[in-house]
Amino acid sequence: MNTAAAQTVSRGVGVTVRGLCKSLAGQPVLHEVDLTVEPGEVFVIMGPSGSGKSVLLRHIIGLMEPDTGEVLIAGESIQSPGVRDRHHMAMVFQSGALLNSLTLAENAGLYLREHAMKPEAEIADIVARALAAVGLTGQEEKLPGELSGGMRKRAAIARALVMEPQLLLYDEPTSELDPLMAATVSREIVALQRRLGVTSVVVSHDRELAFGIAHRMAIILDGRIRCVGRPAEVRALQDPQVREFLDATFRHH
Amino acid sequence: MIYRDIGQAILLFCEAARQWPMVWRDRARIREQLHEIGNASLFMACLLALFIGGVLALQTGPVMSERGVSSFIGGMVGLAMCKELAPVMMAVLIAGRIGSAMAAEIGSMQAYQEIDALRTMNIDPVRYLVLPRLVAITVGLPLLVVFAVLIGWMGGAMVCISNPQISITYSGYLNSLKAMVQVGDVANGLIKAVVFAIVIGTVSCHQGLTTLGGPRGVGRSVTKAVVNSIILILVLDYVLTRVLLNL
Repeated sequence: MNTAAAQTVSRGVGVTVRGLCKSLAGQPVLHEVDLTVEPGEVFVIMGPSGSGKSVLLRHIIGLMEPDTGEVLIAGESIQSPGVRDRHHMAMVFQSGALLNSLTLAENAGLYLREHAMKPEAEIADIVARALAAVGLTGQEEKLPGELSGGMRKRAAIARALVMEPQLLLYDEPTSELDPLMAATVSREIVALQRRLGVTSVVVSHDRELAFGIAHRMAIILDGRIRCVGRPAEVRALQDPQVREFLDATFRHH
Repeated sequence: MIYRDIGQAILLFCEAARQWPMVWRDRARIREQLHEIGNASLFMACLLALFIGGVLALQTGPVMSERGVSSFIGGMVGLAMCKELAPVMMAVLIAGRIGSAMAAEIGSMQAYQEIDALRTMNIDPVRYLVLPRLVAITVGLPLLVVFAVLIGWMGGAMVCISNPQISITYSGYLNSLKAMVQVGDVANGLIKAVVFAIVIGTVSCHQGLTTLGGPRGVGRSVTKAVVNSIILILVLDYVLTRVLLNL
């Protein structure tokens, strides 16, 4: 792990993916995926659209079960009972996935209210702080439908923050965002990791984001992990397929 | 396909029943759903019942009067309303209005990953979404049936006293109703209503939770929720009638 991750007081949990295979509708999507994410690091899984990175993320959070292989959170299978009670995990979905019938404040406080973890006044205070941390003060009573894509994404980060996660997963956190907002979200991911020492797994095809925030990263192509390493190591790779993905540009003139 | 759906819906009901101890904690959401069911359907239920009771009296009254058995019209309308027409018609109405709304709402949540978000927060979607709806509809539908029975009886009475072809007075209609309709007959209709409510709630929530794809998938789920609910209501109505007649 690099120095930035090591400097934080790590409360994050490690993630191990072993021999993960998954087929959807008869089509293989992930082949023998092996991966280790160290506690407290920002790990980016990068790959083109349709390469299986979001499916991999859904396996890590336990929304999908592998055909073969396993996902371990701090050494425990994600499918084992009570693992979510012992290790707080949160995910920021590509669309935000806020509950449309609830206001922003209700969305952000949902986890604490449903698990009856704190008194109502304390929940309101925590929610206000979480929304302030992502620049959404004053928007508490708005419904998700009244917000822009960027605001929804930041609200989803606030909802995750309230959970005080040890593992935080981001699915395409900068997609559909303008460059300014993408930079804000990227900074927020790094700031969270520094502040809380949370383990962050980010799935993205945004090269700028990936190389900007990752302590380590993996490139996934056609459901196979092609390489894992620090950004500088990945950048120096000579694998033609990896290079094609990393160097792809569009020039009209 | 329908057998698989029914099997999965039964499992969903068992899962929701297992969460029964959480009902008190979910009372706010149950109240919200109950308000939705009552508010959305009470006026329409009463209107429907008024005309069903009326048309029942209109169809049978003149024939019974011709044959000199007009003193049984009140009892006949009363029994038909409370044992059969009110529970079945209200269930069909609720399947169309509330069942479709449940399937659409949960289906949209499934399509837009909101249910996945609940799972990642360690919130059981069955407890959060299915249990309050199931409890609310199981309380709400029998209440609507009570209203429908009363309004249906009134509809029958209004037709009897206003139609010269039906030779029965208002008091005669009421006396006949009182003489022929027992508390057990009303209970019979309420038992049916409870069963139909569980069927509508379970089938609709199951269709919502198994929605695949985007808006088209939601549309498919809504259609299946309403159609499957109505089929099951009519089949179970026959089965329940047979069972309750033998009690």
